[in-house]
Amino acid sequence: MIKDITMGQYFPGNSIIHRLDPRMKIIMVIIYIAALFTAKSYVSYAVMLGFLITCIAISKIKFKTLLKGMKPLILIVIITGFLNLFLTDGEHVIFQVWRLKLTWEGIRTAAFMVLRLTMLVMGTFLLTYTTSPLALTDGIERLLNPLKKIKVPVHELAMMMSIAIRFIPTLVEETDKIMSAQKARGASFDTGNILQRAKALLPLMVPLFVSAFRRADELAIAMESRCYHGGVGRTRMNVLRLRRLDWITLCTGFAVLGVVITLAVFGL
Amino acid sequence: MEPIISTEKIRYVYSVGTPFQHTAIDGVDFEAYPGEYLGIIGHTGSGKSTFIQHLNGLLKPTTGTVRFGGEDIYKSKEFTRQVRFNVGLVFQYPEYQLFEETVYKDISFGPKNMGLTEKEIDERVRQAAELVGLPDEILAKSPFDLSGGQKRRVAIAGVMAMGPQVLILDEPTAGLDPIGRDEIIANIDSFRKRTNAAVIMVSHSMEEMAVSADRLFVFDKGNIVMRGTPAEVFSQSEKLEEIGLAVPKVTQIAMRLREMGLDLPRDIYTVERMKEVLFAMKKGGEARD
Repeated sequence: MIKDITMGQYFPGNSIIHRLDPRMKIIMVIIYIAALFTAKSYVSYAVMLGFLITCIAISKIKFKTLLKGMKPLILIVIITGFLNLFLTDGEHVIFQVWRLKLTWEGIRTAAFMVLRLTMLVMGTFLLTYTTSPLALTDGIERLLNPLKKIKVPVHELAMMMSIAIRFIPTLVEETDKIMSAQKARGASFDTGNILQRAKALLPLMVPLFVSAFRRADELAIAMESRCYHGGVGRTRMNVLRLRRLDWITLCTGFAVLGVVITLAVFGL
Repeated sequence: MEPIISTEKIRYVYSVGTPFQHTAIDGVDFEAYPGEYLGIIGHTGSGKSTFIQHLNGLLKPTTGTVRFGGEDIYKSKEFTRQVRFNVGLVFQYPEYQLFEETVYKDISFGPKNMGLTEKEIDERVRQAAELVGLPDEILAKSPFDLSGGQKRRVAIAGVMAMGPQVLILDEPTAGLDPIGRDEIIANIDSFRKRTNAAVIMVSHSMEEMAVSADRLFVFDKGNIVMRGTPAEVFSQSEKLEEIGLAVPKVTQIAMRLREMGLDLPRDIYTVERMKEVLFAMKKGGEARD
């Protein structure tokens, strides 16, 4: 029922992109975003598009799956496109209704904005689709490691993140169960006005919170009984190591960024 | 006699049209008569939990029909809603669904949703509380202050208070101590005797089933593979073992004793029966001496 949430879901696989070091993937996404916002011309957009398509092809993630993940964002993309379409000033007016002008410049900006947004979302989705949540937090933790010097509790933050991610499916399942149980006692969650619906959520929210706190308690005890005491001196089972492939990927990333910047400088 | 609830070839497919699609139950025929005590057994993933959710309309079969009192439960929206109240479903670990400030309010949640008057609600709550052996002073307490066994009884009372004609319970004794277990089984039995409701119980305890069930249904891979009285089902121990289930412990002992040469009858499924047989043998032996 509610289990079908695709946004930010991990699709296990064994492609080159799946096997990349999560740190490198995060850095690549940052480079990709930087390049995407530098790109201004047709040529640089073509370069970026080619890069993205290559990555998608290598990852073996189905294009359909990526499109499906876009669903919740379609409205934002449409609104952005619409605003740019009519609110961009330009000389080549095609037609004008009241203060809304449709110009060639507007069409161009709108197309670029829509393309940029779509590519932005798809690129970042590629990260979450090919990286397990645990590997992702692991990567974030290692990347933020230098911040430990200024007493930022990096390990604790990463641990909280992994725990939160770990418990999403559990809580979703629990919600499903409690909903069924209350429906069996005649509760209905999808009728009535907003106020009635909000009130109908009470029999769902109270047990859900109670059980979330109970689980938190149990988890804390389980962690403490296995001597968990934070990040100091903690070693890992899977130590992240950068391999040749990771460095090649990084070089490719910088190359793409370099090309886009050069194109921008020469105004192409 | 007409069955109070029945299913005809119901089939349920999860996540249709996705890579995760799979058939949870496949062509189940089932019927229950008023006042019957039915047991459903089968191991995890055999489809029994999916099946029971069809009986009160929480899940709609992909194909096939569910009938309550001889009528399709989906014939109208109003009827489906009525079926929800007439077929009470107690989920596994039902104590986790308690939410109200007081035990009284929690038990009255179901009756209130039925749209009964204050007086009727009060009557039902007190009756249900009495059936599960909750004393009056507990009704004013918060359900979160009770012990695990008491919480479970509050949750069961919450379903009994709707006055269902069919009461379904998914492993109501899981995680309770032996005394708590016996009490709940006794509560359910007195509810059945008082209201003549059909009771359908999912359980892993063959011992419980052998003692109390009128008929047993064995689920495996989404269908009923064996059905009949406990004696009929437990007499086919090989078939049960094949699907990863076992006959009651006392039957296993009787089988071993028979292998060792003791002349025991084949119908020993409860400790009571074993006692009877053994005492009779002892007497016979003494008489022969």
